[in-house]
Amino acid sequence: MARMFFTQHLRRLVPHEPVEVAGATLREALDDLFRQLPALRSYVLDDQGRLRQHVCAFVDDERIDFSGTLDCKVGPESEIYVMQALSGGKTWPIALSPEQGKVCSS
Amino acid sequence: MANRIIAGTRKGLFILKPEGKGWTVERAAFLGSPVPAVLHDKRDGTLYAALDLGHFGGKLHRSDDFGETWQEAAAPAYPKAEEGEGGDSLKLLWTLEAGGPGQKGMLWAGTIPGGLFVSHDRGETWALNEPLWSVPERARWFGGGYDKPGIHSVLVDPRDENRITVGVSCGGVWLTGDGGKSWEIRTKGMSAAYMPPELAGDGAIQDPHRVVQCPGKPEGYWIQHHGGIFRSTDDLGSWQDIPSMGPSIFGFAVAVHPRDPDTAWFAPAIKDEFRYPVNGKFVVTRTRDGGRTAEVLDKGLPQASSYDLVYRHGLDVDETGDVLAMGSTSGGVWTSADAGDSWTLLPDRLPPVYAVKFTTA
Repeated sequence: MARMFFTQHLRRLVPHEPVEVAGATLREALDDLFRQLPALRSYVLDDQGRLRQHVCAFVDDERIDFSGTLDCKVGPESEIYVMQALSGGKTWPIALSPEQGKVCSS
Repeated sequence: MANRIIAGTRKGLFILKPEGKGWTVERAAFLGSPVPAVLHDKRDGTLYAALDLGHFGGKLHRSDDFGETWQEAAAPAYPKAEEGEGGDSLKLLWTLEAGGPGQKGMLWAGTIPGGLFVSHDRGETWALNEPLWSVPERARWFGGGYDKPGIHSVLVDPRDENRITVGVSCGGVWLTGDGGKSWEIRTKGMSAAYMPPELAGDGAIQDPHRVVQCPGKPEGYWIQHHGGIFRSTDDLGSWQDIPSMGPSIFGFAVAVHPRDPDTAWFAPAIKDEFRYPVNGKFVVTRTRDGGRTAEVLDKGLPQASSYDLVYRHGLDVDETGDVLAMGSTSGGVWTSADAGDSWTLLPDRLPPVYAVKFTTA
């Protein structure tokens, strides 16, 4: 199974990595990821199911961004990284401490 | 029950409580994250916070214990487009408002790009208001400060929860009398100097920075418009231009007295290409006679080298009409206990302030 790694900005939603996912394409791998971690979907994909404008993925070092396709091939030994693109956007704390407000996702 | 101010800022949500003659920070949440909109729903006590996480999009969180713990709810999402047609995605959850007193759990959300959403379950699910999204005039809407148009004002009429007024930058003022099934534009009398002269009166391109309605006399409305100040005394039948209001008629915020529609407050700035207080003197302007005359209120506000701008949700008045709160882009929060005659600076330095709202905890 392919292994997925994530920007540490998503650590709250992905407490343990890598996440092992099944699928022959990035789209299928993401579908399996969201089956395992449903709250992650809206952080990675926009309302139309595209990679968010300021999120990018790397499949075995090939970069896929907002304008790219999710149909790129994924193999059983693939490594997939989901990162924030440094093209824009705002920072977000890696984890919220109790002093910062007890945040949990339902 | 004690008074509180909820502040949404560039780097977190802050709850302020009265202390001595002023206010102080009682609690903070989401430190580091932009909080563009807040709502304390007095019908059931739920506290809502909209987050703008930049890379990761707009989110909605809610708290059942006034900010001690939070749970993530769903953010409004735009409908899926047909294959190959692109489609919209939430850019900013700009304002949150509660439905009517008899509509427990019902919320309205105004968003960029130009969406009005409704939830009937405290933000578990959302639906785009298709009738407003489908008005032909929406083709003429455009962004005002953001790339896309946005809905920043949603006013549920205290006389009738199905009568709702919406303000769009840039897209005018819209009114429904049937809970959102149909919409009419209500911009008669408005004018926009940023358009060619022949198009200045086009309702669908007006930029009302903020629209407010007097709760006690709901036929009275005020607008801080991109091009000035407008007032309606006839239930949105028409708008009257208020040509003068202290040092400037440009600004973003407006607050109206809860019972007296003739009384309103503004936070003026040099007009659009500059957007800072005239001569670096930070003042609030107030009218008590429907805009015929203006009072310039500066006691307690910085009168030199002040470059504070008050965003459209950054000024609020409480239910008494005497207590005001105001937050600026420089992170200053000022409160007044005498209807704006004098102001007290919060000792805490907050991040740039997007929104302040009074409530009771």
